Amino acid sequence: MDNNTRIVKESKNRIRAEFERTPLIDRLRSKFLNLYTIQRVAWYAFRFLFLLGISYVILFPFFSKISSSFMSGEDFVDVTVRLLPKNPTLETYAAVIKHNGYFEALFNSFILSLVCGIAQTFICCLIGYGFAKFKFKFNSLLFALVIFTMVVPHSTLQLSMFMEFRFFDVLGICKLLNHFGVIEEATISLLNTNIPLYILSFTGLAYKNGLFIFLMRQFFRGIPDELEESAYLDGSGVFSTYVRIILPLSVTMMVTVFMFSFCWQWTDNFYTNMFYTSAGPYLLPDIVKVPKGLIDNYGAASNYFSAAARNACGILILIPLIILYLFGQRYIVEGIERSGITG
Amino acid sequence: MNSNAKAPAAAGKKKRRGASLDVRKARAGWWFILPFLIGFVLIYLPIIIDSIRYSFHEIRILGGGGFELTYVGWENYRKALFVDPEFTTTLVTGLKQLILDIPSIVLFSLFVAIVLNQKIAGRAAFRAIFFIPVILTTGLIGEIDAQNTMNSYMSNMEGIDDGVGGESTAAEIISVIDMENLFANMMIGTEIVTYVVGLVNNIFNIINRCGVQMLIFLSGLQGISPAIYESCSIDGASGWETFWKITLPMVSPIILVNTIYTIIDAFTATDNQVMAYIDGIYGSTGGDVLSSAMSWMYFLIVILIIAAVSGILSAFVFYQRRD
Repeated sequence: MDNNTRIVKESKNRIRAEFERTPLIDRLRSKFLNLYTIQRVAWYAFRFLFLLGISYVILFPFFSKISSSFMSGEDFVDVTVRLLPKNPTLETYAAVIKHNGYFEALFNSFILSLVCGIAQTFICCLIGYGFAKFKFKFNSLLFALVIFTMVVPHSTLQLSMFMEFRFFDVLGICKLLNHFGVIEEATISLLNTNIPLYILSFTGLAYKNGLFIFLMRQFFRGIPDELEESAYLDGSGVFSTYVRIILPLSVTMMVTVFMFSFCWQWTDNFYTNMFYTSAGPYLLPDIVKVPKGLIDNYGAASNYFSAAARNACGILILIPLIILYLFGQRYIVEGIERSGITG
Repeated sequence: MNSNAKAPAAAGKKKRRGASLDVRKARAGWWFILPFLIGFVLIYLPIIIDSIRYSFHEIRILGGGGFELTYVGWENYRKALFVDPEFTTTLVTGLKQLILDIPSIVLFSLFVAIVLNQKIAGRAAFRAIFFIPVILTTGLIGEIDAQNTMNSYMSNMEGIDDGVGGESTAAEIISVIDMENLFANMMIGTEIVTYVVGLVNNIFNIINRCGVQMLIFLSGLQGISPAIYESCSIDGASGWETFWKITLPMVSPIILVNTIYTIIDAFTATDNQVMAYIDGIYGSTGGDVLSSAMSWMYFLIVILIIAAVSGILSAFVFYQRRD
């Protein structure tokens, strides 16, 4: 025992130890001025700054879009205006909404994206469940085909996909109908309708659906088989088990897939360029142009003027998605975390 | 009497039912994947076959709702490889660029996923921000962003001081010269310096392409049992050691999955050099069949690269045995 320590018996059940404490400054020094603490602080600082910096890089284009979309005519000519508009105006928005037919495009795109999103979510869920939980012949071979659809770049299929839906005919049915005089031509053109995208969505072949099926399959593999077995023992059929037990479990994952499919369909310009010509329904990609109502007479600054008009279109396109993202973003992280992918 | 006659029949029926459970389950499996099967056989397979067929033909769309094919053999392929002046060079530079991009995307997304998986202030907010690009900055919005001159105009802040507006070059975060000065005394080749500088200046593009990979890595990191980390820290391992001995082996299967996904994603993205070139060819007159031929060659190269990469990587993958 130390010499400095003195033990005083205060009462029957209590003792008090008196000793010289190390001065506060020394204690603090030994606590904070060691390699371990310094390393940790440095790592925390680096980590925080890193995340902050990347967040800035991600958010800056949004800031620039929003800010420039409010700029008025004088702001483009005024060289002192950089980040924030001096004379904020809603003119650009008004012109885009009025002359570019925003609401019509919004409505058409909303219907298209909603149907495609919901269809892809449920179909990919169904297919993923089939691949995850059932052992049938050619299971892995067919799954390899799903991966194959993901690997083939879609420009490879651009021409033939266009031809397929331009001269649409499944199993010669249209030819047969033509033979009996029901329809006039041997093939029907599905261009300028939503049907090609619906067909692709309902068969799990639309944009990145291979990825969705893969994610769903991984998620369902993580669900213990005992769950379904006990349902089967209780006399539930395969499909009612799927609807009543499995689907409620996979809501987060389905929201994730829905957000991906809805948003990717919403901002898609590959398929819409391919399947819709100017005669087709008015969709969101069509509104991205300088509206007629705004007069471009800014000379050297007209470059910025048209960029700002396009930005206003971009913001108008993004608003519904941002609202959806604010509600759904926690499901994305949660849903993926639960899928427990292990390769 | 009556009940006696019924009993064996019922038993037999029950037995047959029980034995066929697996068969019935397998049959149900077919029902589940039926939509994909129908789509694949009726829509996708004809598209694939047609695409290969068209690449050997010349195509002419007739007025009355039909089209005419003329067989030209390997002509389109020959044209793509030997006549087209830019295809081969675009292919080579494009592939080189993609191969350089892939490790940076995988490593960056792994790093971000690890950081986002730790306990930090404002983790939920950071996570929400990091998944913005994959959801929102795609297709149309990406196109608008690419043409957004306001973006570089705004980031070029010197203009405020000297009052010189107008055209500004793309704002670089760091310049090659700065980096070269910094690394001049170290024995690092200029190629690496240019590579790193290129990465930093391309950071938005890389973040943009990291979204899905980050999600997959995050899910993998969540799958590692905390007990392993706990026993590590009790044994006195530092964070650095834990990363190399625990985290990296445990996520190595996911690194494989993500690398393959990144390759697929990078190679099929519409904004990469080769794809953009092929798209340009598609729009030109008579270029539709030529672009089919080009993209089939490109596709074969992609398949070869995927096979090679997955072959190499799977030698290093560690699978935890779960008994």
